[in-house]
Amino acid sequence: MASPDPETGPEPGATTTDTAPQAQEDITAAAASGASAELLANSVGEYLQIWLKRIRSGESGALPVIIGLVVIVIFFQIKSSLFLSAGNLVNLMTQAAFLVTLGMAEIFVLLLGEIDLAAGFTAACGAVIALWLVALNYPWWVAVLACLAATAAYGALQGFIITWLRLPSFVVTLAGYLGLSGALLFLIDSTGKIGVGGVIRLNSNIINDIEGGALSAAASWVVMIVLVALAAVMMFLRDRRRRVNGLVAPPVSITLLKIAAIAVAGVVVVLVGNTNRGTLFLAVRGLPWVVLVVLAVLVIYTTLLGRTRFGRYIYAIGGNAEAARRAGINVSRIKIAAFALCGLTAGITGIIYSSYLGSISSGVNGGQLVLDAVAAAVIGGTSLFGGRGKMLDALLGGLVVGVIANGLQLLGLAAAGQLMWTALVLVAAVTVDALTRRGRNTS
Amino acid sequence: MDGPLLQLRGIGKNFGPVQALDGIDLDIPAGKVTALVGDNGAGKSTLIKTISGIWEPSHGQLAWQGKPVHFRSPRDATDAGIATVYQDLALCDNLDIVENMLLGHEARRHLLLDEVTMEKTARQTLSDLRVTTVRNIRQVVGSLSGGQRQAVAVAKAVMLDAKLVIMDEPTAALGVSQTALVLDLIGRLARRGIAVIVISHNLTDVFQVADRIAVLYLGRLVSVGPAADYDPASAVDLMTTGTSARIQSADLTARTPDSGAEG
Repeated sequence: MASPDPETGPEPGATTTDTAPQAQEDITAAAASGASAELLANSVGEYLQIWLKRIRSGESGALPVIIGLVVIVIFFQIKSSLFLSAGNLVNLMTQAAFLVTLGMAEIFVLLLGEIDLAAGFTAACGAVIALWLVALNYPWWVAVLACLAATAAYGALQGFIITWLRLPSFVVTLAGYLGLSGALLFLIDSTGKIGVGGVIRLNSNIINDIEGGALSAAASWVVMIVLVALAAVMMFLRDRRRRVNGLVAPPVSITLLKIAAIAVAGVVVVLVGNTNRGTLFLAVRGLPWVVLVVLAVLVIYTTLLGRTRFGRYIYAIGGNAEAARRAGINVSRIKIAAFALCGLTAGITGIIYSSYLGSISSGVNGGQLVLDAVAAAVIGGTSLFGGRGKMLDALLGGLVVGVIANGLQLLGLAAAGQLMWTALVLVAAVTVDALTRRGRNTS
Repeated sequence: MDGPLLQLRGIGKNFGPVQALDGIDLDIPAGKVTALVGDNGAGKSTLIKTISGIWEPSHGQLAWQGKPVHFRSPRDATDAGIATVYQDLALCDNLDIVENMLLGHEARRHLLLDEVTMEKTARQTLSDLRVTTVRNIRQVVGSLSGGQRQAVAVAKAVMLDAKLVIMDEPTAALGVSQTALVLDLIGRLARRGIAVIVISHNLTDVFQVADRIAVLYLGRLVSVGPAADYDPASAVDLMTTGTSARIQSADLTARTPDSGAEG
């Protein structure tokens, strides 16, 4: 409401006649603000118009990060023809995987306007627990479950302290960061002969195969086709149910376009994965298992956030905790659960990371890991102030961070350059976010 | 004649030695808009917080639909059918209109949120209230104008089957046309048989929408009666001094017969 309103005070003389032009102006303004939201799209052209309008009014969605990713990829491909080779792209998937999952861990708490600085070391400690149990000849799944239970419990503990004592998560998880980096050393020391030299080797083929193994070429295709078909069926069913109930649903052409986009992305990923990346004598083909693991986590978490009460409440608390409380939502319980899920996902990250390294050591830089993960989430479009973001952001942002690291490595640039370039991209992403948000507030 | 929806008898509230409310007797009838007016510090906010369960009264008795009640928490009052729309509206700017209206009462289908049912419910409520300025109920609340936000907050209250809607300064931050929209909405609530209590500083709005006026002065109810018995000048007198020479009928400054208590 930009228009200054004449204060109609308690004076009996105040009449409405002298404010009539003002009222007229206000009505048109209100109509305009209503119309600036999307009208009903009946065709692709209309949909695109609405889409452009939304971008201009600050609802840019995933567009900036996708454009950014394409620009960065083109840049590296010009600099090094190896960049878009199948071998390097599969490398990139395995390098970005644990950043993506740790980014998803952070998104649970970032949506609440909180942060978990300890998540990197939570992952490392979880990995130690898993690899230790594997070394003691427990089955791999016992090791993984124990790791996830421990990291989830630790996350819940942090959430409990934060909500019960009403302490800022920044400080509590900073303490967690320090404490767990110590716990990591302590745990590895306690393993005795298993962790000689501060390194525990990974003695499980199955865990090792998450990053090291691949589906067969045929299986990669089958999985991709099944996933795309499932997505298509679900989208059509959802649209149909809306139409049957007399609600506005996107036109069929738009849904078909979306499905086509998903299918193209799937085909490209499988084609890359199925291209021989081995040597002349030993062919290596197929999608790395980790791609499926990350996709599964992404789908489950996206459903959890977007289609359950729990997810809705996380957004509500991040948007206005007081409103959530007055709506009868148990804010403390939701927050503790979010921190527990953050811990659990850090545990998943720990397993993937140890699979990537083939071991876990006392030298894991949990600080770097967690900051990269937060950067990935923010680059992807998740707000640090809560209430805005989705799980897909971690995938897109994690790919950006991964591409920069991978590309600069390929160009032979040292860590110094990698870190500074990542910093620039992060600042650019936050700038885009801030500018679009400003656009939304003034529109 | 049916009894009033809500009856306050001798309601008092102390904060330590400070007496914020003193012996309030007030009836809130269904289907009527009762305006609660008074200067700053007169006890308007304390009174509605007592009704909506945020504070328990130190003295006196509330009767809801003829039965004595004790609201120990806002939840008790909400469950009884009292919805309070505070000045800050308690909306989540990042959620859309449907999500805000059903927050805490989401419909589910196979464990997942049932967006179709929720959208239909929200749309029905908005159209019942003739809130037509909102084109798309899937737009985020942060993009709405002040009056539209107020309308969403009221619709949210109505959807929970509120029998009494309390509104704290509903027009304070609004422009002229937005104010008209909200006043119109308040009138429509009353015509649906809902009791409405409106707190307002703006006497123009009060006289436009209120069926009854209750004036608080320094924690006491100094006057209550049909809005037609007042004019802005007498209301200002009552708000600022607790009495008014301009009120013709003498018992207005005491208790009116329709307040149900013997003066």
